[in-house]
Amino acid sequence: MTLLSIDWFFIIEKVLLISGVLVLSLVVAMYSTWGERKIAAWIQDRLGPNRAGPMGLLQPLADGGKLFFKEEIIPNTSNRFLFILGPSIAMLVACMTSAVIPWGDTLTIAGREISLQVADVNIGILFIFGVVSMGVYGIMLGGWASNNKYSLLASVRAASQIISYELPMGLALIALLMMTGSLSLKDIVEQQRHGLWNVVYQPLGFFIFLVCAFAECNRAPFDLPEAENELNGGYHLEYSSMKLGFFLFAEYINMFISSALMATMYFGGYAFPGMDKLGLDGNMVTILGFLALFIKTLIFIFFFMWVRWTVPRFRYDQLMRLGWKVMIPLALVNMLITGALVLARQH
Amino acid sequence: MQALTNRAKAVDRRPMTFAEKLYIPAIAKGMGITLKHIFQRKATVSFPEKKRDFSPVFRGLHILNRDEEGRERCTACGLCAVACPAEAITMEAAERKPGEENLYREEKYAARYEINMLRCIFCGFCEEACPKDAIYLSETFAPANYQRKGFIYGKDDLLIPDPKEGK
Repeated sequence: MTLLSIDWFFIIEKVLLISGVLVLSLVVAMYSTWGERKIAAWIQDRLGPNRAGPMGLLQPLADGGKLFFKEEIIPNTSNRFLFILGPSIAMLVACMTSAVIPWGDTLTIAGREISLQVADVNIGILFIFGVVSMGVYGIMLGGWASNNKYSLLASVRAASQIISYELPMGLALIALLMMTGSLSLKDIVEQQRHGLWNVVYQPLGFFIFLVCAFAECNRAPFDLPEAENELNGGYHLEYSSMKLGFFLFAEYINMFISSALMATMYFGGYAFPGMDKLGLDGNMVTILGFLALFIKTLIFIFFFMWVRWTVPRFRYDQLMRLGWKVMIPLALVNMLITGALVLARQH
Repeated sequence: MQALTNRAKAVDRRPMTFAEKLYIPAIAKGMGITLKHIFQRKATVSFPEKKRDFSPVFRGLHILNRDEEGRERCTACGLCAVACPAEAITMEAAERKPGEENLYREEKYAARYEINMLRCIFCGFCEEACPKDAIYLSETFAPANYQRKGFIYGKDDLLIPDPKEGK
């Protein structure tokens, strides 16, 4: 079906894929809120939400419904445009990152090869970095436009935290890129499919990336921008109704995406050991691969929550010291060692 | 300074060693503890479905007792009201008319008997004071109510059902 020299199947396929990925990340984010509350409860010897539906599974719907029907308050002294722009950016950016993650290998349907990746751009990691650092604008604008000192403090904290932790994160990634030689996430996964997972070669790099991912997602122990007990919720202090919901939701989508990203870059993505030796047909292997990636991602999400309910929040100077005096030197050392080894192998 | 209890511990103010500064062992230990708690028995009791047993000496809502023939035991002597430290009990006495012998055990009975459950401290002194074994504290507690007057329990709330009518 080629009309006006446009491959319409391609467009349909991509639209379906985009909706699928979007729905997937929204549903996972929704049920992360449920999971978060359940895990928090279990760690604290409680039961957690169990009234709405079996095991409280309808709780996210009830929460969402409640948020929608709450009164919408925009403070008089706030900057109205920016106040609304803040949560919109946060949500938009959170949804954008999922575009370059390869959710699986290719499916073959009616002779067409359909890649389970929305866009296999050759600068995948760079794209993610660019988009993720835009996410902080949502927090900054939202906090600043609220015209509230706590919100302002939170946005200042968020900005400096993201800057401080993006550096070691990037440096940790450079070490990974020196090994893989490609910025495309698909290539990185394919390399891991035929070799060992990157975490074996880059344990320190993975660790740095993990810690920085906690900081980038504003998750405990680095949840200073929304520190409930010091800043009353920080940047979303003045927000109510679904605008608050967007901020909170964006955080959970970010967590899902960073988990998927870590699984993709360091833990083989959709590749699982022995996937080429199963002797199943291509589509089956692709579906199994997608499930493998999904399970890896869920394990990371669980890890995020587990850490949140174990480790207390860092003090702000501790956060900065950890970022600049520990993480960056460590990342540099990691980069040097990797570079030296890569060079030694070439000769 | 003398310690009040023998549980006091001196705070260790030595500077942290390198291993402690890494935080990682401590964090790993903490995460081990939290992981253990995930699989432990939960402290929550899912209340309306599951109820915890009361202690054998629990003192709950009052009941006004009847004798074996289903006659009210209370003679409105007022000793419970006197004994009550919270002044929660009021009553009005009345004389038994001929033909009411099957309702009231003695010549005098309580026409009105009210306990304000918001005032009551459930100390059980009324139960101890009663010479006729007419008032007892049961093993239930007052349910919630929307209005204060709903907590003033009259005779129809307090009297146990007639054993003869139940049959």
